[in-house]
Amino acid sequence: MSEHAITVVVNGVRHQGRVPSRKLLVHYLRDDLRLTSVHVGCDSTQCGACTVHVDGHAVKSCTVLAVQADGSTLGTVEGVATDGVLHPLQQAFQDCHALQCGFCTPGMIMSSLDLLERYPDPSDAQVRAWLKGNFCRCTGYQHIIEAIRSVGHGSGSVPNEHAGTREGSAQARVCHGC
Amino acid sequence: MAADDVHAVTSLRARPDAAMPAGPDDAGQFGRPARRREDLHHLLGRGRFTDDIVASGEDALHLTILRSPHAHARIRRIDVARAKAMPGVIEVLTGADLTQNVGPLRANWIWPRMPLPEHRALSEKVARYVGEGVALVVATDRYIAADALEAIDIDYEVLAAVTDPYRAAQAGASVVHPELDGASIRGNVLQHVPVRAGNYAAARRKADVIVTQRLRNQNLVPGAMEPRSVHASYDMTTDVVTIHLSSQAPHIMKRMLAQVLNVDEHRLRVIAPDVGGGFGAKLHLYPEDVLVTAMAFRLKRAVKWTSTRTEDFLSTNHGRDHVQEVEICATRDGTITGLKATIWGNLGAYVSGMGPGIPAVNCGMILTGVYRIPNLHVDTNLMLTNTSRVDTYRGAGRPEATYLIETMVDRVARRLGLDPVEVRRRNFIPPSAFPYTIASHAFCYDSGDYPKNLDKALEIVGYASQRAKQERLRKRGRYLGIGLATYTEFTGIGNGNLLAMFGFDYGGWEYGRVLVHPTGTVEIHTGSADQGQGHATSYVQIVCDVLEIPAGQCSVVEGDTGRVEFGLGTFNSRSMAVGGAALHEAARRLLAKAKRMAAHALGVTADDIVYAKGIFSVRREMSPFAQGSRVLRRGTRDLVGKVYRHLLGVQPVQVGAGRDKISWEEVARLAHFLTTYPNGLEPGLDERVFHRPKDFVFPFGTYAAVVEVDVETGDVDVRRLVAVDDCGRIINPLLARGQVHGGAAQGLGQALLEQSLYTDDGRPRAANWMGYAFPRALHMPYIEAEHTVTPTDRNALGVKGIGESGSICTPPAIVNAVLDALSPLGVTHLDMPLLPEQVLSAISTARRERSRSVDAIGSGAVAT
Ligand code: FES
Ligand code: FES
Repeated sequence: MSEHAITVVVNGVRHQGRVPSRKLLVHYLRDDLRLTSVHVGCDSTQCGACTVHVDGHAVKSCTVLAVQADGSTLGTVEGVATDGVLHPLQQAFQDCHALQCGFCTPGMIMSSLDLLERYPDPSDAQVRAWLKGNFCRCTGYQHIIEAIRSVGHGSGSVPNEHAGTREGSAQARVCHGC
Repeated sequence: MAADDVHAVTSLRARPDAAMPAGPDDAGQFGRPARRREDLHHLLGRGRFTDDIVASGEDALHLTILRSPHAHARIRRIDVARAKAMPGVIEVLTGADLTQNVGPLRANWIWPRMPLPEHRALSEKVARYVGEGVALVVATDRYIAADALEAIDIDYEVLAAVTDPYRAAQAGASVVHPELDGASIRGNVLQHVPVRAGNYAAARRKADVIVTQRLRNQNLVPGAMEPRSVHASYDMTTDVVTIHLSSQAPHIMKRMLAQVLNVDEHRLRVIAPDVGGGFGAKLHLYPEDVLVTAMAFRLKRAVKWTSTRTEDFLSTNHGRDHVQEVEICATRDGTITGLKATIWGNLGAYVSGMGPGIPAVNCGMILTGVYRIPNLHVDTNLMLTNTSRVDTYRGAGRPEATYLIETMVDRVARRLGLDPVEVRRRNFIPPSAFPYTIASHAFCYDSGDYPKNLDKALEIVGYASQRAKQERLRKRGRYLGIGLATYTEFTGIGNGNLLAMFGFDYGGWEYGRVLVHPTGTVEIHTGSADQGQGHATSYVQIVCDVLEIPAGQCSVVEGDTGRVEFGLGTFNSRSMAVGGAALHEAARRLLAKAKRMAAHALGVTADDIVYAKGIFSVRREMSPFAQGSRVLRRGTRDLVGKVYRHLLGVQPVQVGAGRDKISWEEVARLAHFLTTYPNGLEPGLDERVFHRPKDFVFPFGTYAAVVEVDVETGDVDVRRLVAVDDCGRIINPLLARGQVHGGAAQGLGQALLEQSLYTDDGRPRAANWMGYAFPRALHMPYIEAEHTVTPTDRNALGVKGIGESGSICTPPAIVNAVLDALSPLGVTHLDMPLLPEQVLSAISTARRERSRSVDAIGSGAVAT
C-alpha cells in the first residue's frame, strides 16, 4: 500500500502526516488526529454524521480519501466554539433541545453552518431540503429546524403566515424551547 | 390553491422573544422545561461513544467478523490459514475454536417450557441468516482486519430458507431448527400462546357485523445512528476486563457475559458511555459483545469491534414483523363485542433477549387497547425464520397491537357508516372504571380519561372543520383524509412476580442512590441510564425538587457497573416511573436523615425542623414541651462542654449550639464528622433504593393525522400530525416533546417509508440505507404535540412514560387517514408502508372492482 505525505490545517492547527492511499479522511481525523466528533454512521454516504468543513464547505468525510484533503483547510465541531463561548448555533441547539443522543449533532452543526453561510435566513423548506443528507433518528428534526432558523439573520422578522389560526397557535405554543 | 385549502404547516420560525427555558442552574424543579446538562459535550465535539474510547493506554486491536452471505447454509469447509498468515493479523477463529470456552447466548424472556435453540456467538456448522458470524479476525488495523476476512476460504452448502413468519408456519416450509422439530416444537412454531376471555363464539353469533382483515406489521430496522460497538480492555493488575458497550442495559450485559464466558462477575465491568440511540435494539446481548470480551481475556489486550451500517442492518435485531389475521364483531350501534386474532410473530433465527414476550405479551395480551371488549380469542405463534433476530423496537408489541385494534375500529365504523370518533367513544373504558382489568386478565390499567384526551386532539386538529374541508375538496376531486388513533400501553416494567410467571428473568425493580459529599454536593446514581432521552436532566429535576438545592450542585452517575452497583436498564419507557421513583424515594429518605442530623445539631427533634431551599431551621411555633426540652438539652450540652474543657482542656464540637438555622453544607459536613450521632443513626448521607413498583402504569393518548393523497401519483402528504399524550405528570415538557417528535418520526417511517424485505432465498433486499427509506427532515410534517395529565397513584411521582407513544400511535393514525381519504374510491385496505406504487395499485384495483360490480349489477347478476 503506497503512503503519501499530507499537510492539512484542522481547526487552525497545521498537521503533517503520512497516510496510506486508501485511508478515508474520516479515519484520518478520528484515528490519527483523535477528532472523535467526526462520526461514522453509515457506509453509503447518506447519514452525514461525518460532515466536516473542507475549505469552508460541508463535506462528508467518509467519502473523501485523506490524500485528497492534502493542502486543505478543515473544520470540525471541536473548532466551532471560540474561547469557551458557544457559537450561536450551538447555543440554539441546546436551547431548542435539538439533540438527544448527540451522535448526529456534530455533523448537523457543520452542515447547517454551511447552510447559514449560503442562506443566512433559510425558510423551513430550505432547511428541510438542505438536511436531506443528515439523518437523525432521535429528534424527528423539528427542534433541529427550529434551532437553525432561530439563528438565521433577521430572525423573527418573517411574518408568521399561520398567525391567528389554529395551526399558528399550535406551532407557537410548541416552540417555547427556543 | 384556494384560500381554504389545507396547507403544510411549515413556516413558523423559532421565536426569539419566547420565554427562555430555565438554564441548568435554576432547573432543579419538577415540571420545568430545563435545558439539558447532557448537551454541552456533544455540542463541543467532546461526546464519548464506544468507538471513541481509548482505554488502558493502548490502541485497540480491531475485530472483524466473517458473515454468512446465505440465509440458510451448511458450512462444508472453512480454512483460515491464508488469513492467519497475513501481516498484522493477530488471531483468526471459527465457531469450532470457541465451543470450549464460550457458551451459547441466552435470552431473558423464555416462556415456561419453551425450548431454546442454541445460539452460538459464531456458528459452527449451519448459518441461519444472512449476516450470521462464522469466523472472526483480530488485527492491528481496521483495514487489515477487513482484508483478512477476504482471505478466509469457506465453502457452503446452501439450504432452503424461509423469512416470512406466516409462511414459516405453513406445511412444507423449510425448517430453521430441525434439531428441535418434532422433539419439542412443531416445524418453526417455537411456541403457541392462546388467550381466551368471555365467549367469543357467542359474541360472533349475535354480532350485527363481523369485519375481517389480514394485517401485516412489517419488519423494521431500528436504526440508531450510532452503530453497535464494543470495546474490551484487560487490566493486568486487577485481572478485570472493562467492556465499553453501546448498550441500554450494562448491568444485565455484565450478568449475561459472566454466564456465557463462565467468569466471575467481579472480573467484568461494563460501561455504556454515550450511547447514540438505542430504541430497544441495544438492549440485548449480541454475539459481538461476547466475542470481543472473550478476545480481550484471551489476548490480554484491548480489542474492539464497531459495526458498519451494513453489518448493523444484517446483525442488529429488527423489530415488529407480524402477520395478523383479525376478526372483530360489533352490534349495529358500533359496540364492539368480540375480537379474534391469530398472530404470527417473527423471532428470527434465534431467540433474542425479550423476543418471545414481544408478540405474546406486549401485543397478544393487550390487543383490546383502550376499549371494553369482553370476548377474546387470541392465538399468538412465535415463529422461527431465517432472519436476524427480531426483538424490542420502540414500543415493542404495543405498536403491533395498537395498529391492529385501531385500524379495525375504523373498519367497523366504515362498515356501519358511523363516525370513527363515535365508535371510539362508545367503546372506551370510561374514566369511572379505573382501575380496570382488561379481558386478557394480563393487565390492570391504573388510570385514564380517554374521552377528555380524544376531545383535546379533536379540538386541536379542528375535526369538524377538517370534515367540512374534506367534503369541499372531494367535490373538486381532491382526497383529504382524517385519521385518528387512540392508544394505551404499559410502561415501567413493574410487578416482577407476574412477569416471572411468564418467564421474564429481569425482575421489575430499578436501583437508585443519592449521596451527599462532605462538602454538600450531591451525586445521583441510577441503574437506568440514558441513550439520548435526557435522563440526567430529568433525574436532577426529581431529586432537586425534593432536596431544594440548585441543580448545579448535583451530578449524575450512570451507565457504569463499576460505579453504579446495580441496575436493570432503560427500556419500556420505565426510567422515570421506576428509576425516577427510586431516586425520589432515596432523596426523601436522605432528606429525612439530614433533618435528624440538623435537629441534633440545633438541639431539637426532627419534628421541629423545617427545611426550605438548603436551610434547616427550628420551627417558630414549637410546643412549650419542645421548647423546654430544647433548653434542657442545651443546658446539658453546655454543662458537658464545661466539664470537658475543665477536665481535659478540649472543646466538643457543637456546630449548631445556640443557633436556629443550619445550612445544607453544614449538615453535610456534620453527617460525616459529628462526634456523636442522634439515636443510632449511622454517619453519612447515602441512601440506596431498589424500587419495585406495585404494577405497570398505562400512558395513553390520541393521535390525529390529516393527509392528502394525490390519486394521480399515489403520493401521501401528511398535512397535520397532532399528538395528544397523557403520560401522567410531566417532569420536563421540553424533553417530553422531544420524545414525542422522535417517536412520531419513527412511526411515520413505519407508516410511509420503511420496510425490510427479503428475497425468496432469504437475502435482505436492503443491507443499508441505500435500500431502506429512513425518514429525513423533508418527510416530516410539523408535529403538534400536546398533553392531558391524568396522574397515577402507582408511583409517588405520578408519572407514566412517554418514550414510545409516537411510534405506537402514529402508524394507525396515518393509515386510517389515508384509508379515510380513499374511501370514496372503494379502497379498504393498504399494508404499510404506504408507498406511492401501493397506493396507486390499490386505487386502480378498487376502481376495477367497482366497475366490475357495476357491470354485474347492470347485467342482472347479484354482486357478492
Ligand atoms: S458516515 Fe459519512 S455519510 Fe454516513
Ligand atoms: S440526536 Fe440522536 S441521531 Fe440525532
